Parts: sequence; structure tokens; C-alpha cells
Amino acid sequence: MFITRRAEFSASHICRNQALSDEQNLALYGPAANAKGHGHNFVLEVTLAGTPDPVTGMVYDLKDLKDIMNEEVVDPMDHRHLNFEVPPFDKVIPTTENIAIEIWRRLEPRFANGPGKLKSVKLFETDDLSVEYRGGE
Amino acid sequence: MIGLIRAYHFCAAHRLHVAEFSDAKNQALFGKCNNPHGHGHNYRLEIVVRGNLDQTTGRVVDLAALDAIVNERIVSYLDHRYINEDIAEFKTRIATTEVLGEVIRERLLAVWPAAFPKLQDIRIQETKRNQFVIPSSD
Repeated sequence: MFITRRAEFSASHICRNQALSDEQNLALYGPAANAKGHGHNFVLEVTLAGTPDPVTGMVYDLKDLKDIMNEEVVDPMDHRHLNFEVPPFDKVIPTTENIAIEIWRRLEPRFANGPGKLKSVKLFETDDLSVEYRGGE
Repeated sequence: MIGLIRAYHFCAAHRLHVAEFSDAKNQALFGKCNNPHGHGHNYRLEIVVRGNLDQTTGRVVDLAALDAIVNERIVSYLDHRYINEDIAEFKTRIATTEVLGEVIRERLLAVWPAAFPKLQDIRIQETKRNQFVIPSSD
């Protein structure tokens, strides 16, 4: 069974490869490469896979899941400029893809010993655009 | 009279900061909204117009004409920008969403066609929990 919890954080980012010229960045990322950055209300959906505990009937304690998502993602990223304030995005380009991978990297160890295993990290940049990462390649 | 609400979206960053105040006072006043490098939102803008139906077209406003004005004056002006540093009006003004609404009102009224219905309200949603309503005149 899968359970999914949603959280939201507001952050700014710049999608820009410092090794490329302004023209190349503009061609690649469009206005997302603007030098001062821009922002979003990012919506995060974290999905755990597991079996309901026979005693509690729960796959995972949802309050604990909320606390972990806050500690690992919302508290460090909310109301922050990702490029300037949230490593590794001083070096890694904070595209929505890379943010999802980083969120997976932060969350995955917290669920390594069960009872629920991290199954998927889905990150919405806008209502119309999301990425999903399930670990691995 | 018929009202019409048209929605637009733009993604931008801002920072709440009063230059005359100390860092400590800004932090106390604005909390995390004062963080030094700004943060961002998916803003949802609603333009509310109110007028009489055009008896020929059966419409209150030409939506394509309204879209052209709002997209040129507002959406393309603000989208993917850092409001505090990229937008001229905010060199001297605080980038709260209340003030952003006033700036949007100024920019729209400056070019509002006489043939259009009245601009009634500008509503800006900063997050799903915060919406600001700016009437067309105070």
C-alpha cells in the first residue's frame, strides 16, 4: 500500500549554468535563467510504501512523516533562495528535477529501517508542472 | 451589470524589507519573509471587471483584448523576476503583495481602454492561504 503526504514551501531559484554564456543560458532555460532569480510555491508529495501495522492499522505514523518532511525539506527550504542559502544548490543547478533528487537524498535514510519505505518524491513547481523521482537512475 | 473574473499566473521572487529599519527590526516585523535573498511564489492574479453587456456580442469584455493588456503590462513584466531588484516601481517601494496590487492597478489604469467595462478589483493570491484584494480606487 502507498501513503502520500503533501507539504508546501515557497522559495526562489535561478536555473543557470555558470559555465555557459548568458545567451546559452537564456536559450536553455528561458526566463528561468534571469540573474536575480524568481520563485514558486513548491508543492511536495512524499509517498511511502508499506503494509498497515496489524495493531495500529497504519503504514506509518503520519505525524512522524510530517515532522520528517518539515525537518528535512520545509524548514531548510521555505522562504529561502535555493542557490544562495541551501546547499548543494550553490553547486548543483536547482532545476525542479535536481531539487526532487536532493529531497530524495535527504529523506531516504530516514525511512531506511521501515516500517514504510520511501517510494516516490513528487515535486510540483506549478500546478501544471511536476517531476517525480523514485530513486536510482 | 455583469461581473467577470479572469485569472492569470506569474512566478516571481520578493523580499519584505524596510530600508530605514534595522535588520533586527525587519526580522521582527516580517519574520522569514525578510530572509536576505528573498523567496518566491506562484502568484495568481484575478482581474475583476464589471459592466453592461455589449448587446451585439453578448459579452461584457473582449477577453482577447483584456488578455493582451494584462499579459503585456503585468504578466510579462513580472514573470520570472525578482520584484525588489528587477521591477522599477520597487526601487522605492516595499515589495509586499498589497503594494504589488497597487502597482498592478497603476499599470493597468494607465492604459485601460475607455470602451472597456470598469476595472472593479484586483485580487492577488500569494499562496493558497493569502489573497489580497485591491479596489480600482481607494
